[in-house]
Amino acid sequence: MWKHFITLQWKSFWRSASLTSGLFMKIFMGFWALWLAFMSAVGGVAIFKLIKEHFELDPLETINKFLIYWLAFDLIFRYALQKMPVINIKPLLTLPFHKNKIVSFAFGKTLFSFFNIIHAFFFVPFSITLIRNGYPITNVLLWNLGLIALVYGNNFLNIILNKKDNLIFLIGGILVLLGGLHYFGYFDISVYTGPFFQGLYDTSIITLIPIIILLILIGISFRSFSKDLYLDAGLATKSKDVQTENLDWLNRFGKTATFLKNDIKLIKRNKRARSTVMVSILFLFYGLLFFTGAIETYNGPVWRIFAAIFVTGGFLLSFGQFVPSWDSSYYPLMMSQNIKYKEYLSSKWWLMVIATLLSTVLASGYLYFGWEVYVAILVAAIYNMGVNSHVVLWAGAYVKTPIDLTSNRKAFGDRQAFNAKTLLLSLPKMALPMILYAIGYYAYSPYAGYALVAIAGMAGFALRDKVFDIIENIYKSEKYKTISAYKQKK
Amino acid sequence: MIAVQNLTKTYTGKTVLNIDHLEIQKGNSFGLVGNNGAGKTTLFSALLDLIQPTSGHIKNNGIKVSESEEWKSNTSAFIDETFLIGYLTAEEYFYFIGELRGQNKADVDRLLSGFEDFFHGEILGQKKYLRDLSKGNQKKVGIIATLIGNPEVIVLDEPFANLDPTTQIRLKKIIKDLTANPDVTILVSSHDLMHVTEVCERIVVLDKGEVVKDIKTSQKTLKELEEHFNK
Repeated sequence: MWKHFITLQWKSFWRSASLTSGLFMKIFMGFWALWLAFMSAVGGVAIFKLIKEHFELDPLETINKFLIYWLAFDLIFRYALQKMPVINIKPLLTLPFHKNKIVSFAFGKTLFSFFNIIHAFFFVPFSITLIRNGYPITNVLLWNLGLIALVYGNNFLNIILNKKDNLIFLIGGILVLLGGLHYFGYFDISVYTGPFFQGLYDTSIITLIPIIILLILIGISFRSFSKDLYLDAGLATKSKDVQTENLDWLNRFGKTATFLKNDIKLIKRNKRARSTVMVSILFLFYGLLFFTGAIETYNGPVWRIFAAIFVTGGFLLSFGQFVPSWDSSYYPLMMSQNIKYKEYLSSKWWLMVIATLLSTVLASGYLYFGWEVYVAILVAAIYNMGVNSHVVLWAGAYVKTPIDLTSNRKAFGDRQAFNAKTLLLSLPKMALPMILYAIGYYAYSPYAGYALVAIAGMAGFALRDKVFDIIENIYKSEKYKTISAYKQKK
Repeated sequence: MIAVQNLTKTYTGKTVLNIDHLEIQKGNSFGLVGNNGAGKTTLFSALLDLIQPTSGHIKNNGIKVSESEEWKSNTSAFIDETFLIGYLTAEEYFYFIGELRGQNKADVDRLLSGFEDFFHGEILGQKKYLRDLSKGNQKKVGIIATLIGNPEVIVLDEPFANLDPTTQIRLKKIIKDLTANPDVTILVSSHDLMHVTEVCERIVVLDKGEVVKDIKTSQKTLKELEEHFNK
């Protein structure tokens, strides 16, 4: 029976449409995974030396202090990125398998997930370094055993959390709160959790605690999963009562309004599209890394523009790059209706411009760091609206990845087709404003730099119709290819 | 109204469609039957310029569909669920299509009110997105949406599939009413020989992409078709 499952899995991997079409992407992702593994391994060795010689602390104790955050971030990353094992269960339900077998196979698959393995790349070298420096083997092994149990505990906790919609926000909120309290020195959770992790090392009996937790978590997730193996329970897609919305106030946008109304509903009602809004909110805070001087490398003046582009353009960049893929699930409809491409495009354009304006207003908090910082943001907003909004739509026209609006899982996974054209078009998005600013800054004064970027942005507005013509031609010439690419379900 | 000329479509060496000449008169109701893979959907997709023919062309009202988009304003189609917008409610979808076809809300409402029977209380005011409706109800929405904006050419791919018996009977009546209008040309494909002989004045049988029968519907048509498919 296991043989069947494993051959099924093997085939589904090698025959998936996304593997064959996105081989380049797979290699790219694989490269990053290897890089991450390598860096963790080096880090595992290096951190021992660093803590011992630089900070003159006990490496193990220090690591133990921070392990709570390590595990918490692990959980959040898993929630965002790790795919759930449910996907192909439906066809198996009516076959003569025991439900428990199906669930154990689905769970077993997750054990080999990258998210579980990656920890080993850090902790194994670190543990070896510990042992070589005279830490007793048994204790180090016990400590590792405890950690393995906790990491796998996260694995199953994630499975449970994934079934509840809002729990993760609660956990994320608590984490942010605790981190903040720690940072400002009010309350340090690691004082309480540190000894526990240290205990894994010191007293053998404590290692039982994470193992028991793990077993309980496995039990809960197993029970709730096998109980929910029905089409109308765990495998169902949820639907709730909804209201028809008219959004008539948008009619002032004229013909564009038809599409604008749809696009707003698209964002409101689809998980995947909503996540772009979340991304843009996150990007609002991105500037903190730069403007607070938290990271030395980013203190150069040119980085200001870089940060400001992201602060104001989070939505623009994450939404725009997938036009027209947002409409992929009903593209044949759009193509057989009498649609003016210009109206369609300008609807998306207005959305991005409105979002950029909103971000700029919200970013006024950066005035705290001085009005020069805010000038950078204003200038970047102009550049975003004038130039980037067009470039992003242009680059998007070459992207033919269909989007499954209802699922959020792949929002981070397939960071779209990295074809040469989109890569090339990303240059003017980021590099050009930085170069312009640098020219003005070093040749004359900071204000000349701002002025140059702003002028480029203004000039971009003038080119709007021209760019829309180009995009329209791309849409037309690539029409058949796009339709057939969108038909490929992942 | 529709003129197909030397149309072929080839996928990696395999010809899936090969029609020398086929003309459909204005006001006609035209039925397309054939087994799976006969090329019915391919023909309709080519007619809607959703796929590019390997050779030949299709003219809609004298306009080559791949060269101009003029035909779009008088043609409407429902091929499959990719013609529905999953995250809209039925009303929102109808109004959206209405706006694209130059109809205001009142126009659309007037049209819809004539189909309350057909909807059977399962479409309007349902507080559900289209993606959460059953397959049959989705189909009802798609079919009625093609009637918005007085199109001259209506293309329906397998409209009877997934519909319950009552709705099938009502749909037949709708199609017959449309046929009575001399300005409306309607193209229907189906696996159900009985339905198609009932509603279509002319039936073409496709087999492996080629026209093998072209029948003007009469009393004997159903029998003739059954014999053809019972080979």
